[in-house]
Order: sequence, then C-alpha cells, then structure tokens
Amino acid sequence: MIRHLPAALLALTLSAGAVQAQAPTPSPGRGTVSAEEMEMQRMLQGGRIEGRVSIPDARAASLIQPQGREWREFHNRTLAWVGGVAVLGILGLLLAFFGVKGRIPIPGGASGRTMTRFSLLERANHWMVATCFIILGLTGLNLTFGRHLLLPLLGPEAFTAASLWGKVAHNYLAFPFTLGITVMLLLWAKDNLPERRDIDWLKLGGGFFGKGHPVAGRFNAGQKMVFWITVLGGGLVAASGYVLIFPFTVTDIAGMQLAHMVHGIIAVLMIAAMLAHIYIGSVGMEGAFDAMGSGQVDYNWAKEHHGLWVEEEVEKARQTVLPPGARAAGGD
Amino acid sequence: MARMKFLCDSDRCIECNACVTACKNEHEVPWGINRRRVVTINDGKPGERSISMACMHCTDAPCAAVCPVSCFYTTADAIVLHDKDLCIGCGYCFYACPFGAPQYPKVGNFGGRGKMDKCTYCAGGPQQDNSAVEYVQYGANRIAEGKLPLCAEMCSTKALLAGDGDIIAGIYKERVQRRGYGSGAWGWRTAYKQDLTV
Ligand code: SF4
Ligand code: SF4
Repeated sequence: MIRHLPAALLALTLSAGAVQAQAPTPSPGRGTVSAEEMEMQRMLQGGRIEGRVSIPDARAASLIQPQGREWREFHNRTLAWVGGVAVLGILGLLLAFFGVKGRIPIPGGASGRTMTRFSLLERANHWMVATCFIILGLTGLNLTFGRHLLLPLLGPEAFTAASLWGKVAHNYLAFPFTLGITVMLLLWAKDNLPERRDIDWLKLGGGFFGKGHPVAGRFNAGQKMVFWITVLGGGLVAASGYVLIFPFTVTDIAGMQLAHMVHGIIAVLMIAAMLAHIYIGSVGMEGAFDAMGSGQVDYNWAKEHHGLWVEEEVEKARQTVLPPGARAAGGD
Repeated sequence: MARMKFLCDSDRCIECNACVTACKNEHEVPWGINRRRVVTINDGKPGERSISMACMHCTDAPCAAVCPVSCFYTTADAIVLHDKDLCIGCGYCFYACPFGAPQYPKVGNFGGRGKMDKCTYCAGGPQQDNSAVEYVQYGANRIAEGKLPLCAEMCSTKALLAGDGDIIAGIYKERVQRRGYGSGAWGWRTAYKQDLTV
C-alpha cells in the first residue's frame, strides 16, 4: 500500500494537471487522427483507408473499404431488380406476343425445296456457344436468385452441392464460350455489318408488327442486333469474368467489384435478349429452327426473310454451274 | 445477452503483432491467412497510428447479406459466424466486407479459392462446441468456455478490447477523458453505424 502511494499521488497530480489544462494534447509530432472522420470521408469521397502491414500479404494493408457497401447494394438490389425485371419482363412480352400473333407461318407455305443456310461448322459452333450460354446463364442467375428460389426447395446441403458444381461449370465453360464467340465473330462479322437497309427493316418493325416484309440480306437488322449483342456483350462478360476468376491478377478489390457489376448487368440483359432469340428461332416462327437445326431452310421462308441473300446465292450457283459468258435461261 | 464487439485504441497500439501471433497460434490458422492483422497508417509521418483489425462482427453484416448460399448466422452474442460446409468459395463476402476479413486458403485462380475463413471471435463454428471437427475447421471456441477472444486478452498495452460493446466503449471513453485525446473507435462507424465521440 505504502509502496504504491507515490505512484498514486503522481497519477493524482497528473490528472489534476489534466483537468487544469482542460485538454492535454498528445506528445508533439503524433498529430491528430480521427477514425470517424476518415471513415466518413472515404465513404463519401471514395477510396480506402490504407496503411502498411508487416505480413507478406499486401492486400491486408487495406484497413477499411467502404465501397463494399455499394457493391452489396448493387448485388442485392440493383442486379436482382434489373435481372428479375429483364428476364420476367421479356418472358411476359414474348408470351403476350405469342398470344396475339401466334406462330408466324411461312408465307405461301413450305415449298418443299430447301437451300443451305448454315454449314456444319457454323451450326456446331452456334450450339456450343448456346449450350455454354444456357449453363452459364442458369448458374449465374443461381448466385443472385438461388437462395430465394432454390434454397427453400432443396435445403442447405443440396443447394450448396448444386451451387458448387454450378460454380465449377460457370468458371470452366467460360473458355469454350469465349472460343465460340470468337469463331462467330470470324464467321459472321462481315455479313453483320450495318447497312442502310437495316434502318428500313427496323422502321417496318421487321415485318412483325406492320404490313409487308422488309427486304434483308443474309442477316436482317434483328439478327444483326442479336449477333452484336452476343459478340460484344459476350466479349465484355467474358473479359470481366476472367478478371474475377483470376483474383488480383489484373486489378485490386475495387476493380473486381466493378468487374462483377459489369459482368452481372450485361449478363442479365443478354439473358433477356437471348430469350427473345430462342423464342423467334423455335416456337415463334415456322421454318426458322431449320436454319440452325439441319442447316437447310425452306426456299419460301428464305425468300420472305432474306430475299437479297437468296438472290445472291442463286447468282453464285449460276456462276459455278454455267461457263462464263453463258446466258441464263429463265430458272430462278 | 451481450453485444460483442472489438475496439482498437490506436493511441495505445504499439504494433507488436502479439494479437496476430496469438490468433494464428490459438486457431492454427493456415498459411496465407491472417484472421487479424495490424495496419499502420501515416507510417513515419505525423498522425501515425497502428490499428489491429479483424472481422468486426458487423450489425446487419454485409457478408451475410450477399452470400449466395446464405451460410452465415449470428449468435446470441451478435457474433457473425459461417458454415464452411455450406460455403462455395465464391468470394462475394470478400467484395462486400469493409474490413477485408474473409480470406481463402487458396490463390483462387479458376475460381478454386477453397472455403472462406475469417475471425470467429474465438467462437468456433456450427459444429459441436470444442469438438475436434470444430477445431480443425474454425479453431478454438473460447466463448463456449466463458472466455473472451485471445487477441484482446494477450494485448500487452490493452489497446485491443473485446467484450460487450457498451462495456468496452465505456472503458475507451474513460481513457480518452483521462488522457484527453483519442483517435476514435476504428471501424465502428462502418460496422455498427455508431460514433464513439467522447
Ligand atoms: S467485418 Fe466483414 S466478415 Fe466480419 S461481419 Fe463485417 S462484413 Fe462480415
Ligand atoms: S465465399 Fe462462402 S461465405 Fe463467402 S459469400 Fe461465398 S459462399 Fe458465402
């Protein structure tokens, strides 16, 4: 007790001094820092509170990154809403369209004569991309909607197993998907360059809404849109996806959050666009599926939708069949 | 029930890393993962402070909000824990967490991160308390033994405080009042939407 007295007295005098000086400041040179202020400022102005760490993991030097909050907001609200509205909205529209218009028939019925629209390579590549896209799309949607829709149905263990396999599939199918869209770009880009007549095609609503069918070459403006959505959208989704499956290789956490946002939003919009593409290529239009199925389309269908392309093909056929200089006699 | 929190008094922290070491040793945390770390800001300049940081066991935890398989749960003491058997290693909690708490045992290329690991507040996981399986997956469960996290217990300067939020906030406020200065409670605004102005 006695031994502690001097210390106690010292403390007393010190604290008395503190009260007299009102606010004793830290030793000079220590400066002042306010955690609240720094957090507030970073939250409002962006950036992270960062410092130095003595462990090898340099990422640990990021003390507080308030941007996680925006990413959470994006993932839980923005993406869920945009994705939900886009996917359900397009399904609703397609259903309504089918209800009003029904299946669009081949004008004049099938002629029974066919011509080759897509080669085996083109079809094989299309279906590789399509299969990848469907699995990528479903496993991707699962990460946003699965826990609301599937988790209650499957239970935690089965849902985790499904999501884990889904994640593996998602990560690895990215590679054939990217290869496929690259091949698509090489095969089809030249026939998908925008032309003046695309504007007329769009003005006439592609023949879906108005009267009369606008002329088109190998690909009409609608198909060109599908093509560029696939190639450019798919390219962006693929690029942002690679940033995410190689964490910290390309960018830091802020970059990865941004990559995820780009990835998610473009992906759900692409899913909506592809639902329309799937509709029109299957139940929506008679004769359309054959193009990617057997590769052989009905002559009447081709004339209606791709009149200029038919003319070109016929012209090409004549050139190969007839010796140069021979006169065409009637025929097509 | 208590509302468990961490508070690092950076005016006391001397960056000795004892908390980091204690944590790694207590839970046999795998290589490459640091559930707790000490970050020094303004290094070598006026305003230099060292802050010991781990999972803050947030109110309305962002990690739990974004987890696609909903594998997080909050204990009665408001400790945020997760189930490694359900985690798919997607990395989402890591994007959302303000404090960089979630970490992964593998590099993560081609999406193979392994199961997420983070500070458990020395409270283990969903397995049987203090069983061997719990220890392997999550480390020691001191809370089940009625003890507080080892990092704070070990802290030689008592910079790092763990315990009920009101009690440790009270201790901190008293300190600031006595010595007349304090940098504030790091992360409290972000984690608990609470300012500790004295
Ligand atoms: S600090 Fe990170 S990991 Fe811990 S509860 Fe908050 S968001 Fe989750
Ligand atoms: S890494 Fe695991 S715990 Fe984190 S969000 Fe993904 S599934 Fe959930």
